[in-house]
Parts: sequence; structure tokens; C-alpha cells
Amino acid sequence: MSDHLLELSGVTRTFGALTAVDGVDLAVPVGSRHALIGPNGAGKSTLFKLVTGSMPVSSGRVVFDGTDVTRMSESHRARRGISQTLQHSSLFLSQTVERNVLMAAQRQPGGGRRSLLPRRQRAARDRAHELLTDVGLANRSAALVSALSHGERRQLEVAVALACEPRLLLLDEPAAGMSPAESSRLVGLLKALPDTVTLVIVEHDLDVVFALATSVTVLHLGKLLLTGPPDEVRASTAVQEAYLGTGREALFLDTPASPSLAKGDRTTELGVG
Amino acid sequence: MSAPAHPSTDADATPGAGSTAAAPAPPVSPTRRGLLGAVPATVVVLVLAFVPFFLAEDPVTILTRILVFGMFAVSLDLLVGITGLPSLGHAAYFGVGAYTAGLVAVHWTPSAPVPVLLAAGAGAVAALLTGWLAVRSHGVFFLMLTLAIGEIASQLALQLDDITGGSNGLPVPSIRFGSEPFDADFRIAYTYWYVLAIFVVGFAAMWLISRSPFGLALRGIRDNEDRMRSLGYTPFRYKYVVYILAGGFAGLAGGLFAQVNRLVSPVDAGFALSAITLLALVLGGAGTLWGPVLGMAVVVIVRDYYGPDLGGHGPLVLGIVFVVAVYVLPRGMAGLAGLLTGPRRRTRRSIVPGEERTS
Repeated sequence: MSDHLLELSGVTRTFGALTAVDGVDLAVPVGSRHALIGPNGAGKSTLFKLVTGSMPVSSGRVVFDGTDVTRMSESHRARRGISQTLQHSSLFLSQTVERNVLMAAQRQPGGGRRSLLPRRQRAARDRAHELLTDVGLANRSAALVSALSHGERRQLEVAVALACEPRLLLLDEPAAGMSPAESSRLVGLLKALPDTVTLVIVEHDLDVVFALATSVTVLHLGKLLLTGPPDEVRASTAVQEAYLGTGREALFLDTPASPSLAKGDRTTELGVG
Repeated sequence: MSAPAHPSTDADATPGAGSTAAAPAPPVSPTRRGLLGAVPATVVVLVLAFVPFFLAEDPVTILTRILVFGMFAVSLDLLVGITGLPSLGHAAYFGVGAYTAGLVAVHWTPSAPVPVLLAAGAGAVAALLTGWLAVRSHGVFFLMLTLAIGEIASQLALQLDDITGGSNGLPVPSIRFGSEPFDADFRIAYTYWYVLAIFVVGFAAMWLISRSPFGLALRGIRDNEDRMRSLGYTPFRYKYVVYILAGGFAGLAGGLFAQVNRLVSPVDAGFALSAITLLALVLGGAGTLWGPVLGMAVVVIVRDYYGPDLGGHGPLVLGIVFVVAVYVLPRGMAGLAGLLTGPRRRTRRSIVPGEERTS
């Protein structure tokens, strides 16, 4: 098989008259750190759902690790190693932080999912504790998720996704709503992931994108605009066109030229996350 | 989840402290927590075991009924409280168990514990056959399907009168150990101990199930089934298995009921029992396993103990109790315990990040 972990060919999703994702072809090599960027409504989150299987494609093919998974259910794809964090946090609010991670960790081989004996479940518990330490939530493991701050919930999402022992990790705006300290911790954590984990990340925070990504894909109105190394994408005029009026300044300048516009844009992003 | 208005302020407050404070006291290990819970549980079981020495025969009989129906309530709680499957027809499996135990006692042997074990098996098989369809449905459809299953069960009990005795019911011979019937003078106490022993075993088994990774997965399905799918679970399988298990425990309770009550009738598989048990769950607090037992205790005491004195107004009193409970105890009687332990836990939690015991 080819060394591409994920291959999309002609992937399309329509909602009535609206085409949210329009014939996207994309090949993500094993071990790459791939970023997906584009203005709001470009179809990034929808594309993720088509990859995880939480939404069926209208047409096209999704190939994961050489197997056509287009017609495969979400849980089957998850078991093959596709894991995700969602833009809209979807944790188990009435459970403790630790149990949220255990939910994923116990499903893995050796997690003692079928055992009534606490001894057999220790591996999953240790793994959960390790992951919570990695994301900086070790001292919150007994807290209920409903008591966590927004940033902490995002960190927990990442811990849960990693507890699935993914081969392909899809992160949908993991840094949204995080403080600078939290997001730099996140970047460090993601950078330290082994090459066996392939990363595809949707992120508005371009500091995070350019710190992590080895390749960048730009989506615009559901269509793939460009895929290339970060520098090439940064220089592309087509990309600049796509972003015009929707936060181009935020993309290419550290200090926004028109503060009012950029500021308004940022708040909506935070609100969405 | 609603997005907080100022995420950054929220986020800044805690993680800073979180990262500097070296890992605080290690989390309480599950085994230690289990042992702490084992002490009160043992005390309760011991007290219950000595009850026949202190109480008169009538209260012991009532307590026996509470244990029988309590176990049934816990089995329904596995579905309703733990997995989020609000079944309206759970009494069907209780009825299947009761008739099985009755028929085994009549035609084969009333020797304990053969009838109740076969009753448990029959309840599980009935759940296996009917659950496959029921568990695939969601929401109102699940309610309707389980309601139909319950009605079919009680109708079958009524129609197959060659086997079940129809509306006259099925008389069940009294319990025996080996070939000996219980000594007439101590029959009530022995019956009580027999029921208590089965109850303890059944409750412990259900407690283990709810505490296991399987039980955690059930709670995950209750809270967010879609998310469980994206974690690689197949929710149907879990729901089906717990449905079968709950059917088995309901059958076990039904079998006990047949041997204790010594008469089984179609009502015992009917909607009224399912409904009153749901009421017990709400009263006691669904999702905890001991709450439903307390709820069932209230129901049985009001209906069976005070019921005769109320001149048929028992159900009315139950209705009033229910309405009051929903307003006063939104999380049931188990919620009262939360009020006792909740604040303590909360302070401990809030102290931890500030208390920097770096060593």
C-alpha cells in the first residue's frame, strides 16, 4: 500500500442546495502534521465528520490505511484508529475528569473493558493518569467535568482523544478559547507525539498552525484551494484572496491593521469554540 | 455545552495553579474507596440479618417483600438510571421469572434455590428474545415497545390458563430446603433469611456490574451515545447485554416473589408493577443502586402495610408522595446523601490547588 494514511478522493457533502464540501482530494502521509485552514464556513468541520464517519458522504471515497472506509460506521472507523476532538466540546459532563479519559482508555487492548476485577483495570487507570498529567489536568482528575473551565475542557478533549491510541488524530480547533500558556502547552504536547500518530488539525490560531504543521491545506467554500508547505501557503495570493475581508490581517500580520474588524472576528471564533 | 462569555478569564484562573502545584495527594484508589463503602454495607447486611430476632412477624413479612421488590427495582435501575433506557415493560421479566419459579416448584421441585435460579435464567432468555428489537429503538419508540412487551406478557399469562391458571393465578408450593419444608413456627424468619441471602448476592452482582468498565460504558451511553460511537464503542451491544442482565435479575426477583407470595397472577407481569417501580426509582434516586431499594421500601410500606388501613386509598397516598417527592427531592432520597457529602467534597476539591504542599 501507499504510505498515505488517509486518502480522500472526490469527497462531497451536500445539504439540500448547499454544497458544504465539494470534491475534495487529499492525501495525508503517515506521520505528517497536516493543518486545514480556511475562513468560517469553508467546510473544515464537515470534512472532519466525513472522515470520522459521523456524517455520510454524498459522493466520493474515504480510504484509511489502504482500506475503503467510506461505508464503514463511525465506531468501526474509531476502532481502526481514527480519533477526534470536536469543535463543540462533547464530554461526559456528569462524570469526573478521570472517568472521561477512562471511557476511552478502557476500550484499548489491555484496558480491562470486559473485566469486573479492579486489578485488570489498572492499566487503563494508569494510562488515564499519565494522559491527564500530560495535558496538565492531573490535579483535577476527581472533579466533575461540569466544574471545569472552558480551557480545561479543551485540554480534557485532547486527553480523551489521545486515550483512544489513535493513528489518525483529528483536532477541530483544539486551542479555541485557550489562554496563551495553555495553547503553548498544547503545541508542546502535540509536537511530542510519536510519528505513528498522524495529525490533522483545524485551527484558527495561526501561531499554533505554523508551529506544528508540516503541510497546510486551504479550504474555501468547500473546495480545496491549495495544499503545500506552510511557507508556500503563506505566500500564495489565492489564499490571500480567499481570506480577504474575513480576517486577512489576522492571518498575515501579528498586529491587526484595523483593530475593530479583527477584534470582532476573534470574538466570534471564541464564541464558536 | 454553552460557550462561556469570557473563556480566557476562566481558563487563566485555574491551570496556572494546576501546573505549579505539584501533583497533590494521589487520587483515592478504587479499591480503598470500595473498602470504605464495604463497611456501611456490611453493617446494613448484619442489621438486616438480625431483624427477625427483634421485629414481629408482620414487619418481617413486609421487609421480605421490600427485598424482593427492591431487587426488582435495582434491576430496572440498571436500565433506567445507569443506561438511560426508560423501560415501561420491565415487569414482563419479573412475571416470566415468577411463573417459571412457580411451574418449577409445582411440576419439579420447590427446593431452594432451584426455582429462583431457573427463574433468573428464564428472565434473561425472555429479555434476550425481546430486547433485540426493543433496544434498537430510541425515545418514544422504546417506551412503546417495552410497554407492548409488558402487555403481551400479562396477556399471555391470562390466556394460557392451562399452564398459568389464568386469572385465578398459579398457586406455588412453599419453599423447601432439600425435602424438608420450613419449620412452621419459624417459616417467616427462614423465608426472610433466604430472600435476604439471594438479595445480597443479586445486589452485589449488580453493584459490581455498575462499577465495572462495562458499567462506565453504560453511563457513557446514557450521557452521550454519539460520543461513545466516536470512541469506538458499539452502543447497541452494551444496551442489549445490560437489557439481558436486567431481565435476568428481574426474573430472579420474580422467582423469589413466587416462592414468598405462593401465588402468581397476571397482574404480577403487568404495567402497574412497572409503573410503581419507576415511581420507586424516582423516589429513591435513579442511578444509585441503593436509592431504588429505599424508594421501593416507601412504596411497599405505603401500599401493603398501611394500604389496608387506608381503605383502598393506598394508590392515592402514593400519588401524593410521588408529587411531593418530585418537588422536594428532585434527585430522590439518594440526593439527600449528596447533600451530606457534597459540600465536604467540594471544599476539599477547592482547597487542593491553592494548598501548595511542594516537597
